[in-house]
Amino acid sequence: MKAVTTLIAMSGFLREYFTVLVFGAAAVAMVGAMLGAGSLLRPKRAQAQKYISYESGVDPVGTGWSQSQIRYYLFGLLFVLFEVETVFIFPWAVRLEDLGMFGLVEMVVFIAILALGLVYAWRKGVLRWM
Amino acid sequence: MTLAVDLAYWQTTTLKVLVVLGVIPAAAIVLGYVFLLKMMSHMQSRLGPMEAGPHGTLQLVADGLKFIQKEDIFPDRSDRFVFGIAPIVVLMSTFLLYIVIPAGPRLVVEDLDTGVFFALAVSSLSVLGVLMAGWASANKYSLIGALRAAGQLIAYELPLVLAVVGVVMQAGTMSLQGIVRAQSEGEIFGVGFLGNPFILTQFVGFAVFLLAAQAELSQTPFDMPVAESELVAGFMTEYTGFRFLFFFMAEFGSAFALSAIGATLFLGGWHLPGVEGSLADLTGPLVLGAKVMVVAFFIFWFRFTYPRLREDQLQAVAWKYLIPVSLVNILATGVLKVLF
Repeated sequence: MKAVTTLIAMSGFLREYFTVLVFGAAAVAMVGAMLGAGSLLRPKRAQAQKYISYESGVDPVGTGWSQSQIRYYLFGLLFVLFEVETVFIFPWAVRLEDLGMFGLVEMVVFIAILALGLVYAWRKGVLRWM
Repeated sequence: MTLAVDLAYWQTTTLKVLVVLGVIPAAAIVLGYVFLLKMMSHMQSRLGPMEAGPHGTLQLVADGLKFIQKEDIFPDRSDRFVFGIAPIVVLMSTFLLYIVIPAGPRLVVEDLDTGVFFALAVSSLSVLGVLMAGWASANKYSLIGALRAAGQLIAYELPLVLAVVGVVMQAGTMSLQGIVRAQSEGEIFGVGFLGNPFILTQFVGFAVFLLAAQAELSQTPFDMPVAESELVAGFMTEYTGFRFLFFFMAEFGSAFALSAIGATLFLGGWHLPGVEGSLADLTGPLVLGAKVMVVAFFIFWFRFTYPRLREDQLQAVAWKYLIPVSLVNILATGVLKVLF
């Protein structure tokens, strides 16, 4: 505890993210408090029928964890690629003023390669619903 | 005029937590009442709720009180632990969004250097909670709804992030306070008295941001995850009482937060031309609130006007239109920024 306190006192950066942590904990605490308060008010009358999975009023067929085809698997792969690229674009966007022409040309090349990948995927029919 | 601000870290943090704890339900109730209950009703030539409170103002409060009294049901087949914590994950994502939103020169929980980046990262956390809820319910509707929500996030996270890059380039910082300052001090074509709200130069970015935010919030026309005519309530089907209410609160709390981020990025945030210093701390929340209502109005107007998109149309809009458009926007902004 002492170590944490000194760390927070030392660095504004760490303190900022410590606040984020506090907020996360506060969210959990709020939900806990509300559910706790609710448990004093709400009824609890167990009936077997209440705990059947809802399937529009008829008895559920098979298991709820059925296999389903995730049709956007290839979109998912594309997404991961592009998402990583955006991580590189952000620092560049912040420093653009200092990087000037050199940075701009670099980024034009970078985004051109990105766009080429998108066009390639498009031509290959990946962006079609399967 | 100045408040005594030499409070210890623990005191200020507690204060901030309490304020945000109050703001989130209030924001959810205001947006829910003004837009979901009243604006939608009037757009459809009906009155909406009129009984609870004057003009039905207390309807959502009454709904909340009713939810408290409802039994907390865990289906037999569900994965109890994951089923229980899924709403907490969703609500936590909403809660963390409020950390970076500035409502005045000093009225911000923490002005993180990574501002917008943090906000976008945290806002996409909610889909984890949605997937957890859908999977743990062991219900076919829930599972399909959750998978659709994930597919939607995959499509619209990118346009949302790329639309913001243009603003970051213009402001030269990711901190939301820095972005507000850049807009209040900026000038456009030598005219500086209004500042330079980025909607003027980043209009394309604003349009893409609004559309993508609409999808992130699963508002119609992008409401496939909770399409009630085919999936009952999507990933929320098995939830009752308070846990269901948490999803509702998170949805409208996030709608408010994303509108506030949109207002901060593109409309100048809390800045009101001519108001400076500690006076801005007083007008800030009001100005930001007004701008949030404007952005939220567009989001809900869109919601009440257009029919639902099919899943493949939804992916096509994102990948074939929004992403190329925002990439071009980034390049155009970069060229103009470096040349001028």
